[in-house]
Amino acid sequence: MLLHLLAPLHFFATQDSGELLKGLTAVGRGIVYGGAAIGPGIGIGIVVGNAITAMARQPEAAGMVRTTMFLGIAFTEALALFGFVLAFIISG
Amino acid sequence: MLFGLDFPPVSHLVEWPAIWGSGALAINKVVLEMFLTAVLVIAFFMIAGRRRALVPTGAQNVAEAAIEFVQDGIIMQTMGPDGLRYTPYLLTLFTFILTANLIGLVPGIQMPAMARYATPLFMAVMTYLIYNVVAIVKQGPLKYLRGVMFMPGVPKAMYVLLTPIEFFTVFLIQPFSLSLRLFANLLAGHLILVTFAVLTTALWEATKVGFVLPFALLVALTGFELLVAFLQAYIFTILSAVYIGRAMHPEH
Repeated sequence: MLLHLLAPLHFFATQDSGELLKGLTAVGRGIVYGGAAIGPGIGIGIVVGNAITAMARQPEAAGMVRTTMFLGIAFTEALALFGFVLAFIISG
Repeated sequence: MLFGLDFPPVSHLVEWPAIWGSGALAINKVVLEMFLTAVLVIAFFMIAGRRRALVPTGAQNVAEAAIEFVQDGIIMQTMGPDGLRYTPYLLTLFTFILTANLIGLVPGIQMPAMARYATPLFMAVMTYLIYNVVAIVKQGPLKYLRGVMFMPGVPKAMYVLLTPIEFFTVFLIQPFSLSLRLFANLLAGHLILVTFAVLTTALWEATKVGFVLPFALLVALTGFELLVAFLQAYIFTILSAVYIGRAMHPEH
């Protein structure tokens, strides 16, 4: 199984190394951003979902909940943005 | 090359040639945008404050709405009444970021100044200096350091884990996360708009008809970026207020 997965690597290793580097860089960027987006995606979902529940239960507290919700979103979102920036920093 | 489409590299999209001067002091498009923003914000508040009518009209109305928003929506929610002293700083941050973001969306200019990292980083460093100085003056350096590293109300064993995390967060990561949030959001928005602009031109050249779809999305996304422009200015300001407020009133 593992050998089958590694077979393309052997194929690439025999190719021009500049092209290989470029391709692997692109793959790495995709993996970095995709991976960094998973956690914050779930996190923002939880934050907003709970904020909506709170607002529906107590509409008079909606203003305060909204402020806190944006704070929570901002803190959670930062991790995804680190990944986004890191994806650009990676260069072949 | 992507689907036979020549997509420009990212460095071509955000780096602009110097119009005047060279090196670190060169003036390019982004710098001109910042100058324009500063002039616009200063001129706006000068005009708004020129005649202080009891019943506000025109520019004064907008300026008072902005001040009220910063005072009621940001400061009172996060710092309390004694944070009102920081209204000038936070109002400047909010109006500067919002105006810069909006100018960056004007068709023909379409380059957000905040998409160059130096701009948000400078503002974040300013906030960083303010909250550290405020904490040192209000609490004293030793008490401040103890409050950050050994936050109260936590089991003793947790300090092994929490102390290094809190130390690095407050003194090292906070200014970066504050500025990166603004920077990356606007850079991402810029890149998305560029993607659809490139698609639109490519399809216009190829088919003359197919450009309608990406162009409609381009317009819709510009509308979405208006929302992002406001939201990011709000979030940067409210986080600055939270950091300064935490320095003023440490947790007991």
